[in-house]
Amino acid sequence: MRFLETFFNTQVIANYLPDLIDAMGVTLGLAVTTIIAGVLGGALLACLRVAGIRWVNFFIIVFANMMRALPPLVLILILYFGMPSLGINLSGWMVIYLVLSAVLIAFAEEIFWGGLTAVPAGQWEAGRATGLSRAQTLFYIAFPQAARMGIPPLVNRTLATTKLTALGSVIGVKEILSVSSSAQSFSGSATPLTMAAIAYLVIFVPAVIASHRIERHYQYAT
Amino acid sequence: MNADRTMLEITALEKRFDQTEVLKNIDLRVREGEMVFVIGPSGSGKSTMLRCCNRLEEPTSGAIMIDGQRITDIPRRDLDRMRLKVGMVFQGFHLYPHMSVVKNVMLAQTKALKRPAAEAEARALEMLDQVGLRHKADAMPNELSGGQQQRVAIARALALDPKVMLFDEPTSALDPELVGSVLKVMKDLRAKGMTMLVVSHEMAFAREAADRVIFMDGGYVVEQGTPDEVFGNPKSDRLKSFLARVLNTDEDAA
Repeated sequence: MRFLETFFNTQVIANYLPDLIDAMGVTLGLAVTTIIAGVLGGALLACLRVAGIRWVNFFIIVFANMMRALPPLVLILILYFGMPSLGINLSGWMVIYLVLSAVLIAFAEEIFWGGLTAVPAGQWEAGRATGLSRAQTLFYIAFPQAARMGIPPLVNRTLATTKLTALGSVIGVKEILSVSSSAQSFSGSATPLTMAAIAYLVIFVPAVIASHRIERHYQYAT
Repeated sequence: MNADRTMLEITALEKRFDQTEVLKNIDLRVREGEMVFVIGPSGSGKSTMLRCCNRLEEPTSGAIMIDGQRITDIPRRDLDRMRLKVGMVFQGFHLYPHMSVVKNVMLAQTKALKRPAAEAEARALEMLDQVGLRHKADAMPNELSGGQQQRVAIARALALDPKVMLFDEPTSALDPELVGSVLKVMKDLRAKGMTMLVVSHEMAFAREAADRVIFMDGGYVVEQGTPDEVFGNPKSDRLKSFLARVLNTDEDAA
């Protein structure tokens, strides 16, 4: 009984459920926008890197390495507490979105680029020999194959990055973790944290299942 | 068809990779409707020469004329248009693994030649029929045997209505029992009047089906002539020793 009282207190659940549902909306919104920006941005940078323009590639590589090396929390704190001194005020939501997108762009770029370098040279030659331009060969032949190769690692990285939306709790974004931990402080009960865990499962278990489907759908033997 | 019209002419072609001279002063002529075989030991520059003919490889110097156009003078950005006239078949097939067979044959038609999709599909099916694979139109490349994949690759090139077909060791990656089906397609093509330049080790086929045979060694065209001349009456020592080597291995394998 003590266990149920601590983690599944019905009164506390009733009190904080509406807030938590709002928070789920915030987390989901952050996750979806981050995934869109991250995957598209990563694909774009990887394709840009194929063009082989030296200073552009230098910028891409430096960006990708920095974003992968730095702990996202450091970037979040710098943007949230540092930028106002420059007169740039970003909301907590915007800071999380920008930082997580940048991190996912960096990882996605490396994943797509790895896939592109793994596409055999013969595929490029076959495309070019039939009169397709470099851009057409990239778009219709090389990138679709690179993307398929990249799906499993990309799915992993996407889930890992979107879970970092919980870092929003550090700068007051009303996402699942911050709402539930303040509810925990006010109520003195651990129940809101249980609710948070369940809320994360509700969002991410379907995402994991969907990702398995995507992986299976795009699989082919070579 | 004018049998004396030159379709492809290579003049004084040279190719260097850094310090290594791969092609030294190649002269070669293929008339319209001719099937010309290029034979020679590996490393003799056959494939490089072939790849210069659609500028997958950039010649160091010399000229190549195809269908009256000096393709060695075309600026790089205008190469795509020229390549539509020159079909190429690779040793490794290089079908696009993420597309069905018919989509493989349609892609360049719709994107490079700008044919409407319906027309491209009709043309693709017609070409697949010609190589005996119409029933595989919806299969994925990995579901096909090597010989079938190579025939699809031939259909993919033919669908663009090329003036010349280049074959770069089209049967070298195939299991022996699948070679025949690809050679048959090439023979049919010759009967239809396609101009073909073929780099190959299929000596028996060259002897039977080629109009002329060119022997390359060390970056030079050493000898050329009809199959009877080249195989039956080789003049140079290099050709004699090459033929002795390959024909011996053929016997060993048989």
